[in-house]
Amino acid sequence: MTATDSFALELKDLRKSFGKTEIIRGVNLAVRHGERVAIIGPNGAGKSTLFNLISGRFGASSGDILLNGTPINGKKPYEINRLGLSRSFQITNIFPKLSVFENLRCSVLWSLGYKYTFFRFLASLDDANARANELLQMIQLDKKHDVLAMNLTYAEQRALEIGITIGGGANVILLDEPTAGMSKSETTRFISLIKQVTEGKTLLTVEHDMGVVFGLADKIAVVVYGEVIAFDTPDAVRANPRVQEAYLGSAVADAQAGGH
Amino acid sequence: MSTQKKSKPVNVGRWVTWGLFALVLAVAPLVFTSGLGMTVLSQMGIAIIACLSYNMLLGQGGMLSFGHAVYTGLGSFLAIHALNSVASGALPIPVSAVPLVGGVAGMGFAVLFGYVTTRKAGTTFAMITLGMGELVFAMSLMIPEFFGGEGGVSGNRVIGSAFMGITYGPAIQVYYLIAVYTFISVVAMFAFTRTPLGRMLNAVRDNPERVEFVGYNTQRIRYTAFIIAGFFAGISGGLGALNFEIVTAEVVHAARSGAYLLFTFLGGATFFFGPIIGAVLMVLAFVLFSEFTKAWLLYLGLIFLFMVMYAPGGIASLIMMNLRVAAFGKLRQLWVSYLALAVTGLIALAGAAAMVEMTYHLQLSSSQGSEIVFMGVTLNTTGLDHWVAAALIMSIGLGLFEVARRRFAREWEEIQAFIEKKMNKEDAQ
Repeated sequence: MTATDSFALELKDLRKSFGKTEIIRGVNLAVRHGERVAIIGPNGAGKSTLFNLISGRFGASSGDILLNGTPINGKKPYEINRLGLSRSFQITNIFPKLSVFENLRCSVLWSLGYKYTFFRFLASLDDANARANELLQMIQLDKKHDVLAMNLTYAEQRALEIGITIGGGANVILLDEPTAGMSKSETTRFISLIKQVTEGKTLLTVEHDMGVVFGLADKIAVVVYGEVIAFDTPDAVRANPRVQEAYLGSAVADAQAGGH
Repeated sequence: MSTQKKSKPVNVGRWVTWGLFALVLAVAPLVFTSGLGMTVLSQMGIAIIACLSYNMLLGQGGMLSFGHAVYTGLGSFLAIHALNSVASGALPIPVSAVPLVGGVAGMGFAVLFGYVTTRKAGTTFAMITLGMGELVFAMSLMIPEFFGGEGGVSGNRVIGSAFMGITYGPAIQVYYLIAVYTFISVVAMFAFTRTPLGRMLNAVRDNPERVEFVGYNTQRIRYTAFIIAGFFAGISGGLGALNFEIVTAEVVHAARSGAYLLFTFLGGATFFFGPIIGAVLMVLAFVLFSEFTKAWLLYLGLIFLFMVMYAPGGIASLIMMNLRVAAFGKLRQLWVSYLALAVTGLIALAGAAAMVEMTYHLQLSSSQGSEIVFMGVTLNTTGLDHWVAAALIMSIGLGLFEVARRRFAREWEEIQAFIEKKMNKEDAQ
């Protein structure tokens, strides 16, 4: 095994500009298999943009993204997904007019090799149905089997979002603010759910709640102004004077700007 | 476990449904035995396939196509040419298989044009299909060798050796051919909704972006579905060619595409069976209603307008909502309100229709005297009193209708609230 192979995800001098504004300014990051990484940083630092670049939603301006050693920059989202990377969204992104079960079944079809099949009935796909039911139990929505996704509560929709994200069995999972908009108690329950369902997988998550971050992450990446200024264990990051200065400094600026 | 328990009784219901559908197709010409009846029934079968194939795009894939007649129409043209080749002996296939030629043609053109149109979704898709429709119609006028110019291309389906006495001479034989094709096509299109591709098509309709992040290429899903829809559209067109034995350029015209859109929507795009209702209404409107009054398009426009405003789910959704009410045993409470709505609505409609008919008479046929007979009443189109009377009837009707509507709305709300409550209770258990 070469050094690159041992990383699940590797970013090399990744850059992204919108017009003349450079949002991501040379990010280097190497995440090992099975690591849980929390990405923190002030608003507008480029955390979500980073996720959009990795998942193929946007193309990078320059630099390299390696997934399990394979370069994925320039690939379409569905190609990246097929290579084993799946993501959730900050704003709930589900199939509102399909039932909870159908939502989950849609997320497993490709990985089970059904592709664009129209010569087989969904009802006869035992593995897909079993997998969807298993997911349903994992995200604790088994009682909502036939409920349309749009009729779920917000917390339930967030859980479904996670279910869809892990459905295809990807080994690298990106969660963009999974607990956004949740109450404190909901968040606590939700984090344990996330821990459970991503067991053994490589996890990257954007998170604002510091309690959650320190409880969940093996490592923390601090993104400030389009750069990763620190990438280390939680304790090391907490002690890092550069993080304290930059992060607290801009957090204050953020609060002054209206606290978005 | 729970899904397996559930799927059994549903399947029984499905066999009954399909059995009934086959029965209706088989028995219908024995009930409507007249020549007109046969014409209408044959056209209904053709329209059902066309509207269902259209709804594969609109209802299931969220693709608003303004050019579906391209695929039914080109299917018709290829089929009529195939029929003529069969007649000349150049094409050794039975006449019964000619609609399949239309299907393959529709599919082929969908492969060709769909490659361009399905790259985009939403408004862009709609615009491109509109342009594609115009393009094909313009071509139909430019290439008379293929499209037959103004006169169209005619054929003769009574050719070849009669297989078991089937010559396709009598209209009833053509009807049964259409019925068989209709049944198989409807079953096949329903089955499609239960396949991985069919479900992913729904997912693309709901949220194309998310689909890309579960491993699917949305363009490929749209494209494949478009090709399948093109196939069934072509079958419909091929049956049309066989039925009419003449194909003119109007089969690819935008008006035809518009009719598919309109009636699929009217029938209800959100339910599989909606377009079947729409197709039946389409034929009734075009064949019967157009004979009944010159102003039929105006009435049609009004119906469409009210439908979009008050029941965007189409007739199918109205039926399903009332079935839900009936399932909770509340439909009986509503019959008085429904009766009131119907009576007051008809009064308003009578007044309005009288004025419409008088206006049409004044504009189009005033040379034939100033009097018309409308619903058994002789109206004088130049007399002010009859205009005032009609306006008065309409106003009174509208006023009463509004009263009835408010009462109905209140009752409807109460029933819906009752159902919600009951369902929540069941959920909690």
